[in-house]
Amino acid sequence: MRWLRRGWRFVRGEVLVLPSRVLVLAFCLGLLALPLLTRDPYVLRVVILSCLFAIFAASWDLVSGYSGQVSLGQALYFGAGAYGSALLNHHLGWTPWVTIPAGALLATLTGALAGVPCLRLRGSYLSLATLAFPLILTGALFALPSLSGGELGLSGLAPLVRSRVGFYYVAVVTMLVSVFAMWLVGDSNTGLLFHAIREDETAARASGIDTPRYRLTAFALAGLFGGVAGGLYAHFVRVAGPSTLEVTLSFQAVIWGVFGGVATIYGPVAGVFLLYPLTELLALVPWLGEHRLLIFALVVLVILRVMPQGVAHWVRDRIERECRRCKARTVATRAACRVCGADLR
Amino acid sequence: MLRSLLVTGLVNGAIYALLALGFSLIFGVARIVNIAYAGLYMLAAYLVYILLNVAGLPAPAAVPLAVAATVVLGLAVYRLVIEPVREHESAVLISTIALTLIFQELVLAAFGGNFLGNPVWADGIVEVLGVTVTYQQLLSLGVVTLALGGVWLVLNRTRLGVAIRATANDREVANLMGMNVRRVELWSAALSAALAGVAGAVVAPLAVIDPLMWQAPLVNILAIVVVGGLGSLKGSLIAAFVIGYVEAATVFLLPSGSFLKGAVALTIMVGVLLLRPEGLFGVAFEEER
Repeated sequence: MRWLRRGWRFVRGEVLVLPSRVLVLAFCLGLLALPLLTRDPYVLRVVILSCLFAIFAASWDLVSGYSGQVSLGQALYFGAGAYGSALLNHHLGWTPWVTIPAGALLATLTGALAGVPCLRLRGSYLSLATLAFPLILTGALFALPSLSGGELGLSGLAPLVRSRVGFYYVAVVTMLVSVFAMWLVGDSNTGLLFHAIREDETAARASGIDTPRYRLTAFALAGLFGGVAGGLYAHFVRVAGPSTLEVTLSFQAVIWGVFGGVATIYGPVAGVFLLYPLTELLALVPWLGEHRLLIFALVVLVILRVMPQGVAHWVRDRIERECRRCKARTVATRAACRVCGADLR
Repeated sequence: MLRSLLVTGLVNGAIYALLALGFSLIFGVARIVNIAYAGLYMLAAYLVYILLNVAGLPAPAAVPLAVAATVVLGLAVYRLVIEPVREHESAVLISTIALTLIFQELVLAAFGGNFLGNPVWADGIVEVLGVTVTYQQLLSLGVVTLALGGVWLVLNRTRLGVAIRATANDREVANLMGMNVRRVELWSAALSAALAGVAGAVVAPLAVIDPLMWQAPLVNILAIVVVGGLGSLKGSLIAAFVIGYVEAATVFLLPSGSFLKGAVALTIMVGVLLLRPEGLFGVAFEEER
């Protein structure tokens, strides 16, 4: 009872005071309650895929938004996770409960390995170099068709959970946990150092920070979470094919991330949950379905002209104001800061 | 085998050189990674296809028209899409990606996803050093050489060229010296679009065209400009031929080489980056603006 009261006090004092936090809470509860409203396999499928891509897009944000190493090859981790778990499942017959973590570990290793040559690069050079890695891996996989299944990929993988609702909960919980973990990393000291590296690496170094270590950490973490998404994806669609390594998927992560708002973690998640169901919805409409990629691209283009910082930042700036004195955020309707009482007008 | 490798490498390298030069130019001057550049290349190939097969124009009229249209389009892209979000680097990146997807989808809607073949402009083959070379390849090589020569002349022998190089070197100082930096950028956008146009027009009759044809060269262009040094025109030129030959060699010499050609080119890129992070001819700036 005491814990319950304390929990309620936390919710009332820390969550309900800010509309953005209320939105996040509503989003989490809504996701968890969705199967109570509908069990339509198509709806569940769209939300499951949104969850997986949300982990993926957030992992992009961790390395690109926070530490400023804009990755154009994020599909490397998705593909490494997908192929890693698929290979173990397909050739050794391990259960998905083992292969997905194993694939994620493999992707972490891949991320750290890809990070090593990138340590020497900055800015655009780094972006262009990261673009190369998934393509190198694709080439290698195509050259070993007996192992990787060539262009068709590995199919007939074991499902993680038989029922769709079961998988839905696995996906939603994994998404919430990993996104929250990434947000915690972003909010921790490590995240602060990522910000420092992005803003001025030389200055960070001069302040005695081992920047290569933190840059590698960012890559490895992106690999870990990208790999989790990839492994789950492979065991959900039950195929691991070269499409998990495609340039399009890497670009997709960038689009989701920038559309939602970089260096926030919740931005890319919002980006995925807005854009992915949109493209899926468009597919249902007869004429629009054929041109959904076109509409998708147009939406991205137009929204970016209106809000170049991304949707999350834009919405947040509309509903909340930052106190000039203590940097705390307050609902836009209030006249005074909720923490220090300074005038917000 | 060795000889046909030499010829294939030369033709590939020449086309890559054109593409990489244009990409390098706009990056060097405006510091913009313009993915839509590859989309312009694809559109130019389709424009040539339309002008040749639908409008029935002869090749000598169709190619300049297609290049001119690409330039207009390139300028429109620069003014309408890139300039408004220039301050936000990542917004530029995904705007140009989105734009390329739009190009792709429009072409897909108009022509379908099938591979389309173009009639060759010049029929016939000639033997050079015992290798059969089609007239078309020779012609393409000639056009590429002309275009490269033209760019070299513009950059080194005109006031505009001096302004372009100065802006690429230091935007702020160029501005202080009284150059209209914005106009210089527009000019280099036009020049780079023209190069994409020529490359598209030259490729159209050499290979089949399809709406996804921008992806493969995009990766190669990026590899080339990184190997050569971003913004370094000389570097791009040399790296283009290196990558062109490496690709040809992979396809000819390795088993299942056609799968690996991209991978090998990119591995070279990563290798070069490890040894010389600023590329072969790039200048390492203390703090990139």
